[in-house]
Amino acid sequence: MNVTYFPGCTLRTKAKDLDTWARASAKALGIELIEPDNWQCCGGVFSYAKDEIASKLPSVRALIAARDAGQPLVTVCSACHNVIKQTNHQMQTDPDFALRVNNYLAQDKEPTSYAGETKVLHFLELLRDTVGFDELKKKVVNPLTGKKIAAYYGCLLLRPGKTMQFDDPENPTIIEDFIRAIGAEPVIYPARNECCGGYVALEDPASAKKKSSAVSASAASHGADMIVTACPLCRYNLIKNGSELPVAYFTEILAEALGCKSSASAAESLGVKEAAK
Amino acid sequence: MTKNELKREQILRISGVNPRKCMKCGKCSGTCPSYDEMEYHPHQFVYMVETGDIEPLLKSQSIYKCLTCFACVDRCPRGVEPAKLIEAVRTIAVREKGANHMKPDDIPALLDDEMPQQAIMSALRKYSKA
Ligand code: SF4
Ligand code: SF4
Repeated sequence: MNVTYFPGCTLRTKAKDLDTWARASAKALGIELIEPDNWQCCGGVFSYAKDEIASKLPSVRALIAARDAGQPLVTVCSACHNVIKQTNHQMQTDPDFALRVNNYLAQDKEPTSYAGETKVLHFLELLRDTVGFDELKKKVVNPLTGKKIAAYYGCLLLRPGKTMQFDDPENPTIIEDFIRAIGAEPVIYPARNECCGGYVALEDPASAKKKSSAVSASAASHGADMIVTACPLCRYNLIKNGSELPVAYFTEILAEALGCKSSASAAESLGVKEAAK
Repeated sequence: MTKNELKREQILRISGVNPRKCMKCGKCSGTCPSYDEMEYHPHQFVYMVETGDIEPLLKSQSIYKCLTCFACVDRCPRGVEPAKLIEAVRTIAVREKGANHMKPDDIPALLDDEMPQQAIMSALRKYSKA
């Protein structure tokens, strides 16, 4: 099956592992991730200001590329996913916003318009709803038996719940189900859907430290061996602020379970505490 | 319309929030992870916008402490969605001439080798006009 794939800037630079292992795993699962030409940065964070138009055009253009290809738009970074999904929702539900976006699109070299037709899927949703966790389980060649893994959802995959429709925002199960499918044991802990401090890390690292260390301490005190996330900034904040557990991307453990990772790099992501790359 | 009333109207319009739906339960502030860093808390944004007490909010550092975590959006029992108001106040503050809270030139000093691009893009979008 072919899908349109929006990697985003961070996956090209500081979060290459999130991207590399998503691609390798997709290939192993028979899914072709097709990157549209000339995609632009989603902007990292969604603006709620109804009159912010131009900064949302990159998301709309990615959505149009997927629609024109007749494919869903798949993201793997939590932040890209949140921005693009919220922008799509705004195109569907805010006629004034949609009109103003379409006024821009009408001036393109090849004029076009958009009304929110594209289905936006996070890679985890693709695994759950398209591949199916039972099918995934059958493809696992290297089950992570005995590994206790804490899923860190953070904010962006889940909230706002009405728009994201990813899972129950207060009691999600998708990443735990994923962890079970690859043979490991999920660890439920209270802070799994609390904020890591996000971009505030840039100008107020002390604020981010408080939030991140509460998350990693919560996971550690519930007996986890490692934490997995889909967000480069969550990973950065947890590692930067002294997580005693290793923090990996969910795509790394997926690739490991599917046997597409060499044992050396697998040991690195699953083994001892590592520094952020 | 006074300048203050004008700003209030603008905040209500670009946020789409109706502060009169608030029942003052304080749940938004109770769930806010940045509560300790804020001078004005999410429920106070709602009340102060309702009563037109806008200037103190525009001048407060609280608008830069919000993490856009959407917790108050999801957990408000009345669907007020306070983060949308905070976004509107911050947007109006940084759109003033010369009022960008963070400039691209400020960034290099704030970076370390691992900081993801996502953080830089997000901070610039939140702290300065597009
Ligand atoms: S979105 Fe902002 S104001 Fe609302 S709970 Fe999160 S940090 Fe607090
Ligand atoms: S949670 Fe909602 S109703 Fe309660 S104080 Fe906050 S805005 Fe008002």
